[in-house]
Amino acid sequence: MKAFADLYTALDETTKTNAKVEALANYFRAVPPEDAVWAIHFLIGRRIKRLIETRKLVAWAIEEAGIPEWIFGECYSAVGDLAEAIALLLPAPIATTDKSLRYWVEERLLPLRQWSDEQQRESIGFAWLEMDERQRFVWNKLITGEFRVGVSQSLVVRALAEVSGLSTEVISHRMMGDWIPAPTFYNQLIAKDTEDTDVSRPYPFFLAYPLEGDPAGLGDPSEWIAEWKWDGIRSQVIRRKWETFVWSRGEDLVTERFPELEALGALLPEGTAIDGEIMPWQGGGPLPFAQMQRRIGRKVLGPKILAEVPVVLLAYDLLEWQGEDVREWPLERRRAQLDALVTSLASTGRMVLSASVPFGSWEDLAELRHQSRERRVEGFMLKRVGSPYRVGRKRGDWWKWKIQPYSVDCVLIYAQPGHGRRASLMTDYTFAVWDDGELVPFAKAYSGLTNEEIAKVDAWVRRNTVEKFGPVRRVKPELVFELAFEGIQNSPRHRSGIAVRFPRIARWREDKKPEDADTIGTIRNLLTI
Amino acid sequence: MPLLRVDQNGLWCEAGGFHIDPWGSVPKALITHGHSDHARIGSSSYLCAAPSERILRLRLGSEFQLQTITYGDRLTVGDVIVSFHPAGHVLGSAQIRVEHRGEVWVVSGDYKLAADPTCAPFEPVRCNTFVTESTFGLPIYRWHAPETVFTSINDWWRANRDHGRCSMIFGYPLGKSQRALTGLDPEIGPIYCHGAIERMNQVYRESGVSLPATTATGEPKRGQNWAGAMVVAPPSAQGSTWMRRFGEVSTGMLSGWMRIRGTRRRQSMDRGFVLSDHADWPGLLQAIGATGADCVLVTHGYRAPLVRWLSEQGKDARALETRFEGEALENEAEAAE
Repeated sequence: MKAFADLYTALDETTKTNAKVEALANYFRAVPPEDAVWAIHFLIGRRIKRLIETRKLVAWAIEEAGIPEWIFGECYSAVGDLAEAIALLLPAPIATTDKSLRYWVEERLLPLRQWSDEQQRESIGFAWLEMDERQRFVWNKLITGEFRVGVSQSLVVRALAEVSGLSTEVISHRMMGDWIPAPTFYNQLIAKDTEDTDVSRPYPFFLAYPLEGDPAGLGDPSEWIAEWKWDGIRSQVIRRKWETFVWSRGEDLVTERFPELEALGALLPEGTAIDGEIMPWQGGGPLPFAQMQRRIGRKVLGPKILAEVPVVLLAYDLLEWQGEDVREWPLERRRAQLDALVTSLASTGRMVLSASVPFGSWEDLAELRHQSRERRVEGFMLKRVGSPYRVGRKRGDWWKWKIQPYSVDCVLIYAQPGHGRRASLMTDYTFAVWDDGELVPFAKAYSGLTNEEIAKVDAWVRRNTVEKFGPVRRVKPELVFELAFEGIQNSPRHRSGIAVRFPRIARWREDKKPEDADTIGTIRNLLTI
Repeated sequence: MPLLRVDQNGLWCEAGGFHIDPWGSVPKALITHGHSDHARIGSSSYLCAAPSERILRLRLGSEFQLQTITYGDRLTVGDVIVSFHPAGHVLGSAQIRVEHRGEVWVVSGDYKLAADPTCAPFEPVRCNTFVTESTFGLPIYRWHAPETVFTSINDWWRANRDHGRCSMIFGYPLGKSQRALTGLDPEIGPIYCHGAIERMNQVYRESGVSLPATTATGEPKRGQNWAGAMVVAPPSAQGSTWMRRFGEVSTGMLSGWMRIRGTRRRQSMDRGFVLSDHADWPGLLQAIGATGADCVLVTHGYRAPLVRWLSEQGKDARALETRFEGEALENEAEAAE
């Protein structure tokens, strides 16, 4: 645990990627595989479902610290992070621990679920007494299932590539899928030569870079294929060894969520992997993404929802064919094979080819792009003829050429402190628009401002607070921000009658006065676009 | 009528006819210590503890009447007797004891209980009413022993040196920087100070405080090799053009606020070292307890929680509105609300 807490500290203390990779590689070299594999598990953001209710953990911490509950609340809001507040409040440790990460996870953390309250209380109490502040912090993060540290999966992959002497592609391929954090997996991960036995394993997704500006910079249009950019769930459907696997881009196995695609998989030839978008689809076209959200939110899929929001796989690319990795085939060859496959299964209605949009010039394509909203797509994907299917986000061969998001000017009316890095800074905002001379809350947004702007808004909020409700401050309606968002729909649950998708601050309109902000009427008009 | 109350100029003692640490211009000012939120220019006459004299002269100039008093000596001012007692905050810092017809008040200014070789240690003074700061008035604020902090600073410095980097720590020019200097290990490499700090070092040395050898950076010349050096700078120098002259630099902030990860990360420094010249939570409670005071008036910092805590312990505790600021971080006007 000490080594892992040291690693956490080292990663936390630097913003330089090389230093992070070095710290990770040093850690992997120093610890046994049984620890390394758990470290990977947590570092790449895999969670253990919360083992203990936060309420209980807080109650025990308060008992251990011997403080009243109200002052715990004060401390929590000053720190902005529960695991950290607890770590800082507990009395000094009376012992030290040299137990490994594996021990703490497998013998102290995972069994928590089966233990009684008393056993949990005792085990956690003893754990706290053996750990210093840094170890407690990490431990509390693991218990609460909120462990996060500023490394991406790709940094972990780089470190493992360095340790093993393998390429990052091999490591990242091996790391996908449904593995168990056991030493054998770690050994496979870094082994010079392993027979890949995991039949479920997907390929790393190839991700497009956003195209800023004019596509004319991409050269001759005849070297490019354009497809509409769909807004669904990016996925891979895999058929191997008489089993179907559906993976979402978040690298979750979602097969059970999409019985339609499981049925489709049964019809695919052995050894097939298709990259595509899971789309809510009816009458030959997409349904709004909000419909999909209704379906995603459900644990149990009844016949009603399956009938109301059916899905198809909108096929983009073919990654594996007849058991062979075909990602190095040129794009047009993969597409031709995919097209033939889709055609042969057309009668099922479960798979649709993401058709290429013919165009003669970039101007033609720009003109066609105006149809995006009407077609419920986000713009175009541009793919270079002859290109292979690459790994991760790489520049050059795939571009996403998105339409401008919707935007609305609105007034800041509530602010509250953020969490973690932004604890005690006012960074969570609620915005309002005009409705018949009254400001009605319209959307919440967190991101989009620079650090300097955040500091300025923070200072302004503190000087212009009208009222406080707990951490929330109502402020004078003075500041105007331009909010961008992707989608919009009617919502009886919101006071404004409207819900927007992925709102974020586009910019601070210091040039505008609150009376210049938009009205709910103008926003409703967007619904009809 | 209370012995001391807040008027538009500061903490006013009617019976003595003086203010303590006034923010307005007043005829007579008693000063707890030299930080700018406590010692302000503009009053006609000043009284401070003797070791504070050179600091006040440096900060406020010489165009005013300044009287000094030895720690512990009693002086009659108007109808009251005043005396100054070490507060352990910075060189010359004092708690001011005010006695009037058997009633005793102590205004502690800023204080800490932790060891600090650059100033006289905090001395508990019995009183009826104690005026205390509350900069770090939450139980999450507990300091590690200064030796532990200095060990981690020196380890970091050594590692930077071995990687060919310059180390730069940021701390208040008055007090924090000199305390840090006494904790640095000069064996590791040369120590340089920003001009603002070097001037204050001079004052400390003239006042008899022993500090390791330091050199003023001056305007750093291009091409000079700073690898392995330690540079002590004020927080305001962060991000300045001055700072860019030192080649590859690793930065560290010295502040009690560095106890909180979010605050630490927001500073955009490589390291945050938890070192404060203010009392931590146990320190506040210990100091307050040692005074034996029944009434505690809480100023700048986490006033509300400390007042509530003390009230629940049976004290007569109240918040007192002042314009003192405690330990501020650059660009964080309201770090402790």
